[in-house]
Amino acid sequence: MTQKLKVGIYWAASCGGCEIATLEIAENILKFIEVADLVLCPCIADFKYDDVRAYPDGYIDVCFFNGGIRNSEAKEIAELLRKKSKTLVAFGACANWGGIPALANLYTKDAMIERSYITTESNDNPQGTLPQTSYKMPEGELHLPKLFDSVHKLDDVVDVDYYVPGCPPVAKQIWSCIEAIAAGKLPPKGSVIGVGDKSVCDECPFEKKTEGVRISKFKRPHLEKPDLTKKAELNNKPQCLLEQGFVCMGSATRSGCEAQCLKANMPCRGCYGPAEGVEDQGAKIASAIGSLVDSQGNSERSAEIVAQIVDPVGTFYRFGMGNSMLRVKKL
Amino acid sequence: MTNPRIGVYVCHCGTNIAGKVKVTDVVEHAKKQPNVVLAKEYKFMCSEPGQAMIVEDIKKEKLDRIIVAACSPLMHEKTFRKALEKAGINKYLFQMANIREHCSWVHEDGAAATEKAKALVTGAIYRAQYVEALNDREAPMNPATLIVGGGIAGIQAALDIADSGRQVYLVEKEPSIGGHMAQFDKTFPTLDCAACILTPKMVSIGQHPNITLLSYSEVEKIDGYVGNFKVGVRMKARYVDPKKCNGCGDCWQKCPAWRVEKPKGDKKVVHNALTLGPTKAIYMPTLQSVPNVPVIDKKSCIYFKNGKCKICVKACQKDAINHEMTDVVMDIDVGNIIVTTGFKTFDVSKMPQYGYGKLPNVISSIEFERMNCSSGATGGQVLCQNGEAPKSIAILHCIGSRDKEHHEYCSRVCCMYALKFAHLVKEKTGAQVYDFYIDMRAAGKGYEEFYNRLLEEGVRFIRGKAASVTDYAVFPEEEGKLIVRCEDTLVGKVRRIPVDMVVLCSALEANADAPEFARLLKLCQGKEGWFTEKHPKLAPVSTASDGIYIAGCCQGPKDIPDTVAQASAAAAQVLTAIAKGKVQIEGVGAEIIEEKCTGCKICNDMCPYKAIEFDAVKHKSKVNDALCKACGTCVAACPCGAIKAKHFTDEQIMHEIEGVLYDAKL
Ligand SMILES: Cc1cc2nc3c(=O)[nH]c(=O)nc-3n(C[C@H](O)[C@H](O)[C@H](O)COP(=O)(O)OP(=O)(O)OC[C@H]3O[C@@H](n4cnc5c(N)ncnc54)[C@H](O)[C@@H]3O)c2cc1C
Ligand code: SF4
Ligand code: SF4
Ligand code: SF4
Repeated sequence: MTQKLKVGIYWAASCGGCEIATLEIAENILKFIEVADLVLCPCIADFKYDDVRAYPDGYIDVCFFNGGIRNSEAKEIAELLRKKSKTLVAFGACANWGGIPALANLYTKDAMIERSYITTESNDNPQGTLPQTSYKMPEGELHLPKLFDSVHKLDDVVDVDYYVPGCPPVAKQIWSCIEAIAAGKLPPKGSVIGVGDKSVCDECPFEKKTEGVRISKFKRPHLEKPDLTKKAELNNKPQCLLEQGFVCMGSATRSGCEAQCLKANMPCRGCYGPAEGVEDQGAKIASAIGSLVDSQGNSERSAEIVAQIVDPVGTFYRFGMGNSMLRVKKL
Repeated sequence: MTNPRIGVYVCHCGTNIAGKVKVTDVVEHAKKQPNVVLAKEYKFMCSEPGQAMIVEDIKKEKLDRIIVAACSPLMHEKTFRKALEKAGINKYLFQMANIREHCSWVHEDGAAATEKAKALVTGAIYRAQYVEALNDREAPMNPATLIVGGGIAGIQAALDIADSGRQVYLVEKEPSIGGHMAQFDKTFPTLDCAACILTPKMVSIGQHPNITLLSYSEVEKIDGYVGNFKVGVRMKARYVDPKKCNGCGDCWQKCPAWRVEKPKGDKKVVHNALTLGPTKAIYMPTLQSVPNVPVIDKKSCIYFKNGKCKICVKACQKDAINHEMTDVVMDIDVGNIIVTTGFKTFDVSKMPQYGYGKLPNVISSIEFERMNCSSGATGGQVLCQNGEAPKSIAILHCIGSRDKEHHEYCSRVCCMYALKFAHLVKEKTGAQVYDFYIDMRAAGKGYEEFYNRLLEEGVRFIRGKAASVTDYAVFPEEEGKLIVRCEDTLVGKVRRIPVDMVVLCSALEANADAPEFARLLKLCQGKEGWFTEKHPKLAPVSTASDGIYIAGCCQGPKDIPDTVAQASAAAAQVLTAIAKGKVQIEGVGAEIIEEKCTGCKICNDMCPYKAIEFDAVKHKSKVNDALCKACGTCVAACPCGAIKAKHFTDEQIMHEIEGVLYDAKL
């Protein structure tokens, strides 16, 4: 490696967790700075957009872009970074499929603004002031980015080279991606990297019973503890959480996280996104869980059982709403 | 991969399609779509020259995907697939766009229909880019047949098949076979005695070495597919062992409890109870019952109420009665199924204007049939409630039929059985008969002649639907009578006709359990509830489910000759299928992609055909090709997309949708 890699890390509609996760590569940071220079990372250093605009096209070797496209600023910078980067990586759940902020796609923009600025219990906004995109001051007109109707994933607005899922991506996988990039050993464009090739079940410490088990009661992990004494006949591992009635996204979620949540006895939340070839993760788990409901051929009974799933959309689409077939909106 | 080469053929179907859809526009549109090498139109694609054109183009233009925009694939998919095979390419590389049933036949606006046809064709073209060649499989054909419903239809079909040497299981839910016909005395138009022509057939069923009669039984479960159905039949406990019982009747003669009581006091005849009895708690449905074995009615039996009695057990010299008997569930394997579950009559109390259930001597047609039956409660006499013969009687047609409030359709047999009733009344009582009809429908062989005969017998025919029946007398001659009000459309006057008895010719309607039964067998029901045939003209006894046939009144109202003809037709279809010896199973089906399966086992228990096995060593699931019926359940269930529905892959479906929406403004 003669020349150092120029790396950018940018955040759009995101929480900053992806940057923190990147720091979790711990002592590997030292190896990282040996091979790479950070040329953009608003989270930790003061870079100006004009600095980026001044870079020649393709100046950035790899740009890790996290966060979804919520407003005109995010879209503008995504387009800018696309131009300035040789390789653009959608990094983290939000850039991949909208992530948690995309749950707002279930509502209209107006309803969301009303909730945020007017009806939220802790608000103090007697005049009902709402955000505006422009404001005239004696000194001139001020502009704010325009909020879009819905949150979009990065590849809705620009061409994306690689996808690294996770909320956030786990450090080990981030490091393996960086190593692959540094070594120039990347799979074909469009691939999902830093992942396994199966579902979370593959790395899971629990196991299903051999005889088909149906769910007759759904449980919530903060209200009930999983029973670790029940064992699966197959290999004596504790019984699968889904079978125990906890809504676990593991079977519909791509492996790669090493089933961290499950190792802490928490059901999978699905942050690594759908398995290869699956479009809509929420729809997939909904039909899988629907199939497991112990309806005994009785539609009333099955409706009763299904009704125990609290916030099904928020659960099944916790990270995937921006990529859902529900309420799809084009920019 | 080289690009596919697509040929598109748009059919006129005479004027069926071309009369509404601008076929040329559709062709021009198709030409502009990706990978379409040629697009043509033709008058009748399904004709010999139409098919020959496809074969020739495939060879000359090296086409490897064919799209025909025409009628329903149910109708002609097979036809065109054969053309592909003839031209030497895999038959699954074919796609049909239904622009007849889905376009020209259902839309008024020709321009809009044309746009829709374009969209459907585009969908087919987009999908065709992703279809793959598949291979059919073969499975053995089980030569046994299940027949559900032991009316005349079921009886006829069972005898036809059994006589050819094949095994038949006949399932009847009532204690005896015979259905409606067994309740009649005479049959129109020939007036031959129903029992005389039916009883010998019923007896043959009971004795035939190739027929297993499962009476008082119901089908509970059906798995499998054509050639290899697995059927679960529940044989309800009848509390009498058919192997020991000789039908002597000692039991019911001694039984002290009544299931349906004999008339008491000044009521000499209870018309409303005629269809059921009178019978004791242990009873034989009719004298001609097959099997000739009684059954205990649990509701009226004293032993089942308070644990004491068993007089019948003592009376029975054959030791055949056993109150401890329980339901038995039997599994049978068959290759084909014929459904002959018949009909029920419309509940005439739903039309209170005719007073059924409230006014004495207003009776339904089935009750009238029972009264005429020589083995029935009145010994075949037509009697009023007070035991006297009526001096005048009104027969009201179309009760529940040809009536938008109830059934829009004509029940087809009511005019004729009304004439039969009129004749019987004349013959037995000499009473004056008034026959209220809207139109006289006598369109069968010998039917018009039968009508003429009744005209000569002096029946008074009044053209007009009776409006109501009342006992409120306005004129002195109406005192103590039933008065039928009606607009006589020939005279153009409202008339009031006093009579002693009124017979309501109830409509034929689908059985109450038809929806449930349809779900069980995966049959379709039309909007009136009758089971739907595969094609109304060309496949009248087949259904959309391979290996399942329908015959008789479960398909729609019809008389006995038509019922028997259908039953024999269904039997012939089944025998043809058995003669082939094998069933071809479509190459369509589920496939688990091993690398993607995580062994989560969610699919394992989903398959209704038990086609999925779990390999504990590999920790992966696998579909057994021979058992998979391509229902798609597992495909939807697999949370990680490891199961591929061959011929219905996500890729194919999503692209088809994209094609259909090609000009949608999102
Ligand atoms: C009042 C009246 C008079 C008629 N008179 C004449 C006449 O004179 N001449 C003539 O040609 N036609 C007449 N018909 C028409 C005639 O009744 C029918 O054509 C004939 O009965 C049809 O036979 P089927 O076997 O299809 O149905 P059905 O006779 O209804 O027999 C169906 C059988 O299936 C059984 N079944 C139903 N559901 C199930 C189930 N789920 N499982 C198992 N078994 C089941 C029933 O118990 C029954 O035994 C008359 C009809 C009526 C209503
Ligand atoms: S046990 Fe029941 S069926 Fe037998 S004689 Fe008594 S009441 Fe009749
Ligand atoms: S598609 Fe799946 S569920 Fe359906 S029959 Fe085949 S293997 Fe069974
Ligand atoms: S549901 Fe899918 S992943 Fe799970 S065992 Fe079946 S095929 Fe494998």
